Amino acid sequence: MREDPRMTEFARRPQTLVDKVWARHQMAEVEGERLLYVDYLLLHEGARHAFDDLEKTGRQVHRPRQVIACADHYVPTRDREKGLVGVRDLEVRGMLELLDRNARAHKVRYFAFDDPRQGILHVVAPELGITQPGLLIAGADSHTTTHGAFGCLAFGIGASDTLHVLATQALWRVKPRIMRITINGKLPRHVGAKDVMLAIIARIGVGGGIDHIIEFAGSTVAAMSMDERMTLCNLVVEAGGQTGIVAPDDTTFAYLSGRPEAPQGAQWDKALAYWRSLPGDADASFDAEHGFAADAIAPTVSWGTSPEQACPIDGRVPDPGAESDPEKRREIADALDYMGLTPGTALTAIKVDRVFIGSCTNARIEDLRAAAEVARRGRAVVPAWVVPGSSAVKRQAEAEGIDRIFRAAGFEWHDSGCSLCTALNGDILAEGERCASTGNRNFRGRQGRGGRTHLLSPAMAAAAAITGRLTDVRKLGN
Amino acid sequence: MDKFTVWKAVAVPLDQPNIDTNQLCPTRFNKVEKGERFARVLFHDLRFFPDGSERRDFILNQGPYRGAGILVAERNFGCGSSRESAVYAVKFFGVRAVIAPSFGDIFFNNCLKNSVVPVVLDADTCAELRAQLRANIGAAMTIDLEQQVVTDVDGRQHAFSIHPLRRRCLLEGLDDIALTTQFHNVIAPFEAEYRREFEWVGGK
Repeated sequence: MREDPRMTEFARRPQTLVDKVWARHQMAEVEGERLLYVDYLLLHEGARHAFDDLEKTGRQVHRPRQVIACADHYVPTRDREKGLVGVRDLEVRGMLELLDRNARAHKVRYFAFDDPRQGILHVVAPELGITQPGLLIAGADSHTTTHGAFGCLAFGIGASDTLHVLATQALWRVKPRIMRITINGKLPRHVGAKDVMLAIIARIGVGGGIDHIIEFAGSTVAAMSMDERMTLCNLVVEAGGQTGIVAPDDTTFAYLSGRPEAPQGAQWDKALAYWRSLPGDADASFDAEHGFAADAIAPTVSWGTSPEQACPIDGRVPDPGAESDPEKRREIADALDYMGLTPGTALTAIKVDRVFIGSCTNARIEDLRAAAEVARRGRAVVPAWVVPGSSAVKRQAEAEGIDRIFRAAGFEWHDSGCSLCTALNGDILAEGERCASTGNRNFRGRQGRGGRTHLLSPAMAAAAAITGRLTDVRKLGN
Repeated sequence: MDKFTVWKAVAVPLDQPNIDTNQLCPTRFNKVEKGERFARVLFHDLRFFPDGSERRDFILNQGPYRGAGILVAERNFGCGSSRESAVYAVKFFGVRAVIAPSFGDIFFNNCLKNSVVPVVLDADTCAELRAQLRANIGAAMTIDLEQQVVTDVDGRQHAFSIHPLRRRCLLEGLDDIALTTQFHNVIAPFEAEYRREFEWVGGK
């Protein structure tokens, strides 16, 4: 690597992966805050306020080629062939039209809902090879943390910062602390990245990562595929972390090789040399550390209204009366009241009204394969939707015959989008309806006013669909 | 951006931890154009029944709290989605400061960019402030950003700290783009060099 004067600040001590990527993007420092260069800005229909303000202030998009817009939050996941006019809810259609108008007017790169590359932002950018190690990505969406799986810095931002990146391709940030979460060992059968993260959040709490970037390390993470690492990093925001990151390795490079937006030929060689330099120094230190043993993690499911309110599937709904801390007691009681659950109930006795397999957390090809493996063993007894994370994932699944497995088992096969995870496109839970969901948030009203969400993995969601209740996939017969 | 110097207002205690941005602004209101309509959006599904009538059991519908200008909350306030509409809801309701032991990171940043001041005080102090407010319903507190001090209902002062650049932007009403424009001489050569080295970024 060539000498870089910006590295001097860090040169005196061993560097973490985060230090290295951060240093390469830092342009200026003012009173402790850093001005960072942004490689890509990712956005969806929800960025309307940023575009409104851009036009109100008469500004231009500085680097339209480095802005990626996807229609995902408001897109229909059925009857899409009718086009925009097929979207009956005029407010929903209006949001799609607004993104369409803004993306075209400002000439940013845009994957409209009828584009073959369309899908959820955080599924599309990686599969096109846009997401790469060492980049700095800002996204007008909290689950932008997903991209850290590739060894880049990926921050979720609000409308004001989105406006700023549109206008300047730069972002002001205070450098946060860095936490390392090390996971070692082999995951048991039927336990995946979703279970790992739910278990981590249950232990460190939804505020456990506040003011930190979380770097994942250890043999379990090294053995994970890119799809799994993306699930890990995706859920970092649910632990309060600013973003997650995994050191790039041969798994990362193999995933990227040949993707449409990945560098090629001599550029690939140059990029690869840079990417290989990024993992942190062996003697670098962290501001906080946590360790987890993979073999102790079980299929995990949430019972409450916060992602930290989760426990292994063979557990029971907690009893607020058994909690000595009065504040905690009230928190549990409030959550159970909203969720309509009785203390002491076995989680496997909880009946569900519907099942959702989708979202930027768990709708990549490996997620669908895992769910299909379970779905083929039975037949859905409650409405069960499968919503692929992107149109490319959908095509891949259809090429593998996965859609036929789902359909044969009575699952509904949809077009890609955020669908019932964000409940913005008209896919929504009814008041009191209970959903086993592979999404990322079980907040009150997240999937619809009064809707009740249980977070779990794709395999566990498929198991719930064929039994009609939360089910331990390990104990499901063949 | 609006300037923020000193803010004195009725403060409302909110005891629940982990209040997510979905509570502050239910997702379906993300579509709303920024403006006065957001005043009704704040805590919408806790404040109103599905038919639009008020829930009298919710604190913001009670007496002086209808005019609250400060929230005193619990840990991890504003966690979850990046929607800045959550801050629009807070601000258009009339709240210009939120005091809590910790904040969701994106919400915290969004507050600073909208001239709403997120004040971090330790959990015990926040609990004490909420107890004071419950004993003095409708009492006002003062946030002095210049001095970085909260004056509570009993007149006691609590120091807090806002990152220096953010504090200056709030005090002067300086927005980020105006600030960044001052660094054009740094950004332009940086970007030119960066784009030469990473020529594949931005696609073909």
